[in-house]
Amino acid sequence: MALSSALTLPGRSFLYFLAYLGQLAALMRELTIALRSGVWRLRLVAEQIVAIGYGSQAVVIVTGAFTGAVFTFQSYAKFKDFGMETSVGAVVSVALCRELGPVLAGLMVAGRVGAAMAADIGTMKVTEQVDALRVMGVHPVDYLVLPRFLAMMVSMPFLVAESVSFGLIASYMVTSYGYDMPSSWYLTHLVDHTNMDDLKIGMIKGFVFGMLITLIACHQGLKAENGAVGVGAGTTRAVVVSSLVLLIVNFFLSIALNYLYPLGTL
Amino acid sequence: MASPQSSPKAGDDADAFIVLRDLHKSFGAQEILCGIDLTLKHGETLCIIGPSGEGKTVTMKHIIGLIQPDRGDVFVAGMHVNKLKEREMAPIRQKVSMLFQGAALFDRMTVEENVAFPLIESGVRDKAEVKRRVFEALQAVDLEEHLNKYPTSLSGGMRKRTGIARAIICQSECILYDEPNSGLDPIGSDIIDQMILRMQKRFGVTSIIVTHDMRSVFKIADRVAMLYRGKIHFLGTPDELKASPDPIVQNFINGRSDVTG
Repeated sequence: MALSSALTLPGRSFLYFLAYLGQLAALMRELTIALRSGVWRLRLVAEQIVAIGYGSQAVVIVTGAFTGAVFTFQSYAKFKDFGMETSVGAVVSVALCRELGPVLAGLMVAGRVGAAMAADIGTMKVTEQVDALRVMGVHPVDYLVLPRFLAMMVSMPFLVAESVSFGLIASYMVTSYGYDMPSSWYLTHLVDHTNMDDLKIGMIKGFVFGMLITLIACHQGLKAENGAVGVGAGTTRAVVVSSLVLLIVNFFLSIALNYLYPLGTL
Repeated sequence: MASPQSSPKAGDDADAFIVLRDLHKSFGAQEILCGIDLTLKHGETLCIIGPSGEGKTVTMKHIIGLIQPDRGDVFVAGMHVNKLKEREMAPIRQKVSMLFQGAALFDRMTVEENVAFPLIESGVRDKAEVKRRVFEALQAVDLEEHLNKYPTSLSGGMRKRTGIARAIICQSECILYDEPNSGLDPIGSDIIDQMILRMQKRFGVTSIIVTHDMRSVFKIADRVAMLYRGKIHFLGTPDELKASPDPIVQNFINGRSDVTG
C-alpha cells in the first residue's frame, strides 16, 4: 500500500504540473484574445504603470545599487591579486546588464507586484466581484489581467534599466572613492567591454520576466477560493512560483540569448 | 398549479423567457441539483425559497452562465446558455442582470462609479446621461445622497441597495436577486419589494428572487418555487403555497424547525 502510494505520488505531481501548465496556457490564450480585441482600457493601464513602475522604483534602485556596490567591493580585492583591478568595471557592467540587473529586478517585482496582483484579484474573486464583472458582460481577463500585463510590459524594461544604472553608479563610487582607482580607467574599461547586446539581453529578460510574473500572479488570483485563507495561500504561491520560474527560465534564456548575442572576450 | 414531491416538466411555451431542463449539478461528491425543470414567462416574478444549501443561488447562477451544469439545459430568450463560451455570453448578460448576495461592489470605486460601471461598459459615453441615470437608480433605492462614498464606509443594507441600483440601471429584461432583503430593516425591505413590483409593472421586467423572507414572497411573487433536496418540491402561486397540505412546505413557510424532515 505504502509502495503504491510512493509510486503514484510522482505521477500525480506530474499530472498536477501538466494541469497547471494547461491553465497558464489557457490564460495566455485569453490574454491574446483580449490583446487582439483592441479594447485596452488605457486609464487602467496608466494606473497600473503608476502602481507597478513608479511604485517599484525605490526597491529596484536600492537592490541594484547595493548589489553593484558589494559585487565591486568583493571582485576588486580578488582582481587586484592578479593585477586586473581595472577590469572590474567591465565585469560588473556585463554581469549587471546580462544577469544581475534583470534577475534582481524581476525577483523584487515578483515579491512586491506579483503578491499585490494575486491578493487584489484573489480578493475580488472570493467576494464575487469577478463574477459581478462577468455578469456585466466584462471578461475578467480583459479588465483585470490585460491592463496589468500591458503595464508590466512597459514598466519592466525601465525597472531593469534603473537597476543596472544604479548598480553601475554604486560600483563606480566604490572603485573611485573606496579604492582610489582613477575614474577614467574604470569608465574606459566599462565602455569598451559593454555593448548594445548586453543591454538588449537585459531588456529582453526584463520583458519575459514581467510577462511570467503577471501570468503566474493573475492566475493565482483568478483561481482563489475559500475566502481569506485561499487568498493568502494564492498570494504566497504567486511569489514562490514566479520567483522560482524566473530563476529557472533565466538559465535557459541566458543560454539561448548567448547564442544570439555571444559574450565578447575581456 | 401546485405540484409537490415532483419536479414539473418545462413546457414548450412560446412566451417562455427562461427554461431550465433537467438541470444537474454536483460540487465534488455533493449533489446540489438533481434535475430541475422550470419555465418562466416574460414579465413574471418568481420567488425561489427553500432551506439553506439546497441550491437556490446555484440555480440562479446557471441562468446567467456563471456556473455550467453537469447535465441538462438552460435557455434564456431562446439562447442555449450552457452551449455558449464565456466570450459569447454578452447577449445573455445584456438581457439579464444580477444582484449578488453580498452585493459584490467594487472596493476601489465610489457608489456613483459602481452604479455607472455597467452603463459605461454597455457603451453609454454621454457623461450627462450617465450621471442622470445613476442619480435615478440611486434615488429608487434611497441612496442619492451617498454618491461619493466608498463601499467600505456603507452599512450592509446600503451596500445591498447600491447593488440593486447597479442591477437595475441598464434596464435589463430580467433581474436576478440573490436575497435582496437580507440585512435590511423592515422599511428598507419594503422599499426593495416596492421597487421590484414597480420594475415589473412599469417595464415588464422578469424577476427571479431567492429569498427567505416569506413576507416579501407573499407580497411580490407571481409564482413560488421551493427547492428541497435538489429538486423543485413545490411550484405554484403564493395562495397555493399557503394552502399546500405538504408538511415540508408548511414547516418552511411557518418557520418550524423540522423542515428537513
